[in-house]
Amino acid sequence: MKVTFPHMGNQYVATKVMLEELGVDTVIAPQCSHNTLDIGTKHSPESICLPLKVNIGNLMESVKYGADTVVFSGSCGPCRFGYYSILEKEILKELGHDMEFILFDPPQGDYKTFINRIYKLAQTRNPYKILRALGKGVQVLYQVDALDAAAHYKRPRQKTIGEVDIYYDKFHQEVRNVCGYKETSQLIKEIKESIMNIEEDPSREVLKVGIVGEIYTIIEPFVNLNVERKLGEMGVEIEKSLKISHWLTEHLFLNPLKLTSEGKTRKAAKPYLRTMIGGHARETIGYTVRYARRKFDGVIQIYPLTCMPEIVAQSILPTVEKDYNIPYLCLIVDEMTGEAGYTTRLEAFIDLLRRRKERQESEELLLRC
Amino acid sequence: MHLKIGIPRGLWFYDYYPLWKSFYEELGAEVILSSPTNKSILDKGVKNTVDEACLPVKIFHGHVLDLKDRVDYLFVPKMMSVYEKEYICPKFCGLPEMVSHSIKDLPPIIDTEINFNRSRKHLMNTVYRFGSYVTKNPIAIHRAYKRAVEEYSSYKARMKEGNLPINGEFCERYKNKSGISIAVMGHSYNIYDKYGSMSLIDKLEEMGIKIITPEMMDYATINQHTDTLEKKMFWSYGRKLLGTAMHLTDTKTIDGIVYLSSFGCGIDSIIEELVERKARKDGRMPFLLITVDEHTGEAGVNTRLEAFIDMIEWRKRNESNLSTHG
Repeated sequence: MKVTFPHMGNQYVATKVMLEELGVDTVIAPQCSHNTLDIGTKHSPESICLPLKVNIGNLMESVKYGADTVVFSGSCGPCRFGYYSILEKEILKELGHDMEFILFDPPQGDYKTFINRIYKLAQTRNPYKILRALGKGVQVLYQVDALDAAAHYKRPRQKTIGEVDIYYDKFHQEVRNVCGYKETSQLIKEIKESIMNIEEDPSREVLKVGIVGEIYTIIEPFVNLNVERKLGEMGVEIEKSLKISHWLTEHLFLNPLKLTSEGKTRKAAKPYLRTMIGGHARETIGYTVRYARRKFDGVIQIYPLTCMPEIVAQSILPTVEKDYNIPYLCLIVDEMTGEAGYTTRLEAFIDLLRRRKERQESEELLLRC
Repeated sequence: MHLKIGIPRGLWFYDYYPLWKSFYEELGAEVILSSPTNKSILDKGVKNTVDEACLPVKIFHGHVLDLKDRVDYLFVPKMMSVYEKEYICPKFCGLPEMVSHSIKDLPPIIDTEINFNRSRKHLMNTVYRFGSYVTKNPIAIHRAYKRAVEEYSSYKARMKEGNLPINGEFCERYKNKSGISIAVMGHSYNIYDKYGSMSLIDKLEEMGIKIITPEMMDYATINQHTDTLEKKMFWSYGRKLLGTAMHLTDTKTIDGIVYLSSFGCGIDSIIEELVERKARKDGRMPFLLITVDEHTGEAGVNTRLEAFIDMIEWRKRNESNLSTHG
């Protein structure tokens, strides 16, 4: 059994560690590239959303390296992500790759199947071993998210532009060659330290922008055309509404116990959207409100074309924009998105934010005189 | 004075309006339906909705605008889920919010939440909440609800018999002369909206074709088929369509499938794909997909339809059921 899984930002680092700790043979798909997207687009239904196309590309590339089993998570609606696994299986089967899928859907009462699937993946029934590997994976997930946070902080402040990403790229190259929890965690620590030691330019005016939207598009840098790098180099510090570590805690540990850490966000979203409607529409709205309250300079929403929950959020966000007086930009990505146009829109938005901030500051000065 | 309640002629309208109309009429309110979809409704809707929304949602916004100044209450319930462990499209779930944030100066909205995802225990509570906009008398509400359900059952029974509620109304249909029968698949709000579907059903019937729609299927049969799926289909509309396709490809009583989808429909992007795979592979059945949005040209659709029907006729006439490989 050679296990593979689709990419989603830095998630692969954690999943890799978890599977390695279990001793499962793993194939890591190559980083998402245009080639991945081309393969995916060719074999997926035309009108499906972008994440599925990239997933198919990832899996097809893994097949070349001998993968025969796919680990995938799911949901039970109302977003179409819940049916991804079935569709992916069908598509791969048609292409002649009869891969086995090990699915981790929310159990919905059927714990026996769920646990059996864990046994099947882990190839052991030793609960101690499984829990230990899972714990290690989760720890790494938090560590890579902290690494990301460090990069988000440093990018707009670095003296020589691009320095952070030298280390960041190095991390992605090297992490593939290390094995197990100890080495990976050591590597993350080293890279994080080198990033934190980069020389800062104290004269830089740093803007703060919140990124909200569909989880996959805001986490996977290939799909959002590296928005964090682009914004960072324009002198913008970003904060993402959704992180995988956070998602995992929420869905794996808290939700089954009917708990949530999103109470504040839900409360913030309540005047605009009363209930959950699938996907992360409620979080998108809630975080926009929270960012506005924290006096961020702007909010950018990113989602894949035809994403149903985000369309609802998009039609509500202009009201939030007006109510809280916070500039908002909506970016929609699909396989046809042109990088130049995308960058131009980002630049224009950031220019506006900068002007706005300057004007506000000079107004304050005038009032003080 | 009668309370005027406006029901927009879009989305869930084709599935449920007799239920709600007779419910409110029984309670003594006056129910006003928006006009059947036309160009001005579509244009107004397109102008007042986010660009990315699908055609039926845009049309729905147009209907809301059509009713806006004529009614005391607008009926836009928050339809989350109508069956256990199933949902309707996320846009339905957020519809009242979408409408109220896209259109200004609306009359008060009846936006009671319908959510039977966990169970139907709260059904009567939901009904009272709907009724409380007109009267606080629980007995009257209960009686009205009972009447409404009768009305609704007879509506559904008529659909099952083969009557088509084009724009929500049954009317005299053409006779089937050609001996061809075709399943028109798609969401009810796509296929029964005459303007939105560019009279797809009428066009086919004018050619003398017998039409089968998912609404004519037996629910028990649909459930039987969808129970065999590997993973539970969690969209109610999707389950109906998939079950219908499975049944039709099994029995092979039809000559082809025309699937009408609206651009950007998330549910169709998956269901259409699965239906097409079933139709082509298991059923060896001609399949035509028509995707509509506000820019679709009618001439192109006509040509494709005619070509499809011609092909089915040839197939029927010439097919010897002998293998071409000899």
